[in-house]
Amino acid sequence: MRDSNREPINFMSFRRVASVISILAVVLSIVVLGMRGLNLGLDFTGGTSVEFAYEQAPDLENVRQILEDKGYEDFVVQNFGAETEVLVRLREDLNDDLARELTADLRDAGQQLEMVRAEFVGSQVGDELKEQSGLGMLLALFVVLVYVGMRFQFKFGIASVVPLAHDVIIVLGLFSLFQWNFDLSVLAALLAVIGYSLNDTIVVADRIRENFRKLRTGSTQDVINQSVTETLSRTLNTSGTTLVVLLSLFFLGGEAIHNFSVALIIGVVVGTYSSIYVSANLVVSLGVTREDMLVPAKENAKDQPEEEEKPEWLDRM
Amino acid sequence: MLNKFPLWKNLLILVALIVGFVYALPNLYPDDYALQITGARSSTQVSESVLDRAVSVLEDKGIEVKQSSLNPPDALIRVNSAEAQLEGRPLLQKTLGERYLVALNMAESTPDWLRSIGAGPMKLGLDLRGGVHFLLEVDMDEAVEKRLSVYASEIKRKLREERIRYRGGDVTDDGDIVMEFRSESARESAADLMQDEYNQFRLRESETDDGAFQMELLLSDVETKKIQDYALEQNLTTIRNRVNELGVAEPLVQRQGQDRIVVELPGVQDTAQAKRVLGATANLEFRLEARQDASSAETQTFPFRDQPNRTARLEREIIVTGENVANAQQAFDQNGQPQVNITMDGPGGDRMLRATRDAVGRSMAVLFIQYDTEEVEKRVDGELKMVEERTVDRSIISLATIQSALGSNFRITGLDSTAEAAELALLLRAGSLAAPMYFVQERTIGPSLGQKNIDAGLMSVTAGFVLVLLYMLAYYRFFGVVANAALALNLMLLVAAMSILSATLTLPGIAGIVLTVGMAVDANVLIFERIKEEIRQGMPPQKAIHAGYSRAFVSIVDANITTLLVAVILFAMGTGPVKGFAVTLCIGILTSMFTALLVSRAIVNLTYGGRNVSKLAIGGKLAHA
Repeated sequence: MRDSNREPINFMSFRRVASVISILAVVLSIVVLGMRGLNLGLDFTGGTSVEFAYEQAPDLENVRQILEDKGYEDFVVQNFGAETEVLVRLREDLNDDLARELTADLRDAGQQLEMVRAEFVGSQVGDELKEQSGLGMLLALFVVLVYVGMRFQFKFGIASVVPLAHDVIIVLGLFSLFQWNFDLSVLAALLAVIGYSLNDTIVVADRIRENFRKLRTGSTQDVINQSVTETLSRTLNTSGTTLVVLLSLFFLGGEAIHNFSVALIIGVVVGTYSSIYVSANLVVSLGVTREDMLVPAKENAKDQPEEEEKPEWLDRM
Repeated sequence: MLNKFPLWKNLLILVALIVGFVYALPNLYPDDYALQITGARSSTQVSESVLDRAVSVLEDKGIEVKQSSLNPPDALIRVNSAEAQLEGRPLLQKTLGERYLVALNMAESTPDWLRSIGAGPMKLGLDLRGGVHFLLEVDMDEAVEKRLSVYASEIKRKLREERIRYRGGDVTDDGDIVMEFRSESARESAADLMQDEYNQFRLRESETDDGAFQMELLLSDVETKKIQDYALEQNLTTIRNRVNELGVAEPLVQRQGQDRIVVELPGVQDTAQAKRVLGATANLEFRLEARQDASSAETQTFPFRDQPNRTARLEREIIVTGENVANAQQAFDQNGQPQVNITMDGPGGDRMLRATRDAVGRSMAVLFIQYDTEEVEKRVDGELKMVEERTVDRSIISLATIQSALGSNFRITGLDSTAEAAELALLLRAGSLAAPMYFVQERTIGPSLGQKNIDAGLMSVTAGFVLVLLYMLAYYRFFGVVANAALALNLMLLVAAMSILSATLTLPGIAGIVLTVGMAVDANVLIFERIKEEIRQGMPPQKAIHAGYSRAFVSIVDANITTLLVAVILFAMGTGPVKGFAVTLCIGILTSMFTALLVSRAIVNLTYGGRNVSKLAIGGKLAHA
């Protein structure tokens, strides 16, 4: 990899295979999403969730039985972080004393526990949140499309937005497939994935643009291979350091940011892949040519390294 | 010369870093556990003797007092541990009585010289320090309807006064007022009246099947918005007053969006009590002062609020209550004396008029009724226990002579000061909610969970940080050291910026910082890879450094600006946790650009700049070596 600048790796030879994989992954994700939906957290669905700390690890089956006997309906009992911590989620809302009743009921049944945390969200708030976050996501994608279209070229705009959608859909698909809890922090992670994947895509696109201007020969595919190869060690290093941090979040950050780190880890891996095999791939498919990348005549794109290079957008805007 | 920053640039960077260092510094001083003593009323000041009494009570019980200070109107007692704090509060409350509120607080221990330049530590979010979070929703339809009915009765009265005959005039379900007239000319004069005095309505005229001339009054959107804003503001005021009653230090009461109010009470664990107080209704009553010869069965005696020893005898009959106050504003009369302008709603105005018409020259009292909870010692099953009891406290806030018959608009004069008038107006408004509110969200976070979150968060940040440092060091050698220095300074600047903006650090915020740490490295990686590449292609080291930085510049700016755009959208659209994440991400992107582009360059320049360099310690096999 280190001497890669001499021998461009022929990334694009796999582009058809990669296209099939990507399309398949996206379609499958959508199908899974359609069939199973997301295991939406309290923030979105509304309801009550109460977290208990037990003195000794309780038998969850037993807890469920107690709740059933007490006449609760539509609840979920699960461990949260540790064996002695139990999270009870109920669909019921608008009864804000539920948490205390629940604690009392469990104590009545002879369980030794402390209530650690209780949350209650009205269903309307949840619905609004769903709407708002979907809207936020679309707005983010649109702004990226406009910005990149302006900075580079419209085809690049598409080539940078499609991989973002690709990444988001696949992360959502996996969350749906494994029915991981999708809460507000995962939403934040998803938006961070957009930012990250975008970062990656832009760096590669930047190099493609530069090489189009620099290398006067070679097909579009060659230029892209060259560019991806040149940025490869940067891509791997950045993904590496980010993953290192995320893994430490995953293992040490505690239950509260567990799903957050899972979403980001998947997102970073998929995002790195998509910046090459979705974005660069699209650049080839959309038929970006050297002419698309030519700069206005007054700017001599090549030799000007003696002076601090001015960001070109200052000239363009 | 190549790779030399001009002096001013180096100095600028140095200054920025020093400022960052100073403002990040307060975060190194942990907060003290403290008990805060405040007067139960805004007029009560905590005196030296009260503080001394409090300190001696604590010391008698063996609670060590770290420091006590009087910062009028409050006093603060610092203790050593959370246990001492919890033990001390009921003790102090009992000793000091109900004239003072004792609240749990975390006191900054920032040294004075830092505080004098406005530096302070980051605030911790509820998820990190424990407490309750409520989201309340104001019923806006109700607020508008309430206001409309006030207008309707006012308009009807006006029409009667002008001797314009009408039919109807009630608020319909669609939220407008419909009235009918017998002739077109009557409608015309009514319309003129409306245009003159009630231009907040749009008029729509039509004719009904039975030949009557109809006029529909539609509230303009601007006015509707104004009513809603007012309702929200009033509820905010009410809630703020009530939160103060709870004796919580540093509560947050904030408007969220069009119709919601966020209440965050750090340190409170008992949601039941908090909700009881927030949901409670303080109220007002207007009553006439009793005649000298009135029988005692018809009268009641109440103390004055500001002078508990002075009392007045009032009639038992209540003219109107605070429920009927639609608005109250502090103002000045023509002599420049403070007064409070009160607007009653329709029924309230009518009743006021009827009662005062025959009572000119007598006095009317405004009675303030406060529903409160307090802890009382009680004997339960033969055991002494602290029991919470609801209390009702009635006192007179003003007693003034009726100069003329009062309608829906009147004023209360004879107030001592502007401050008193403002407080009265506030109380009148605070007495009633403009519109009903509902709890739509509630979170309780135990303090132990808060501590656990901090520990886990800190641990993962530290571990991630150290791993990244090692990774960079192994891969880029000397340049790795540069990147690490830039990273550490980035973290420092991030903390400083958060402290200066007094942004709140939440758990997702910590996640945002961790992510920034990971991504901040990216800029340096981009630059270093570029330098390596240039060297491989045979460029001399000095030139390669220069080319590396300037060529990577475009990519870095592009990538960061797009990410910043996304972060800004997150901030604008998001609420709560998402917002916390977006804030740290935004600040992190800005500081990381500064450190990666300028600080790391400055370090490289100072090391390699302006001399002959044959080899760079940047790691990896390089082509020209």
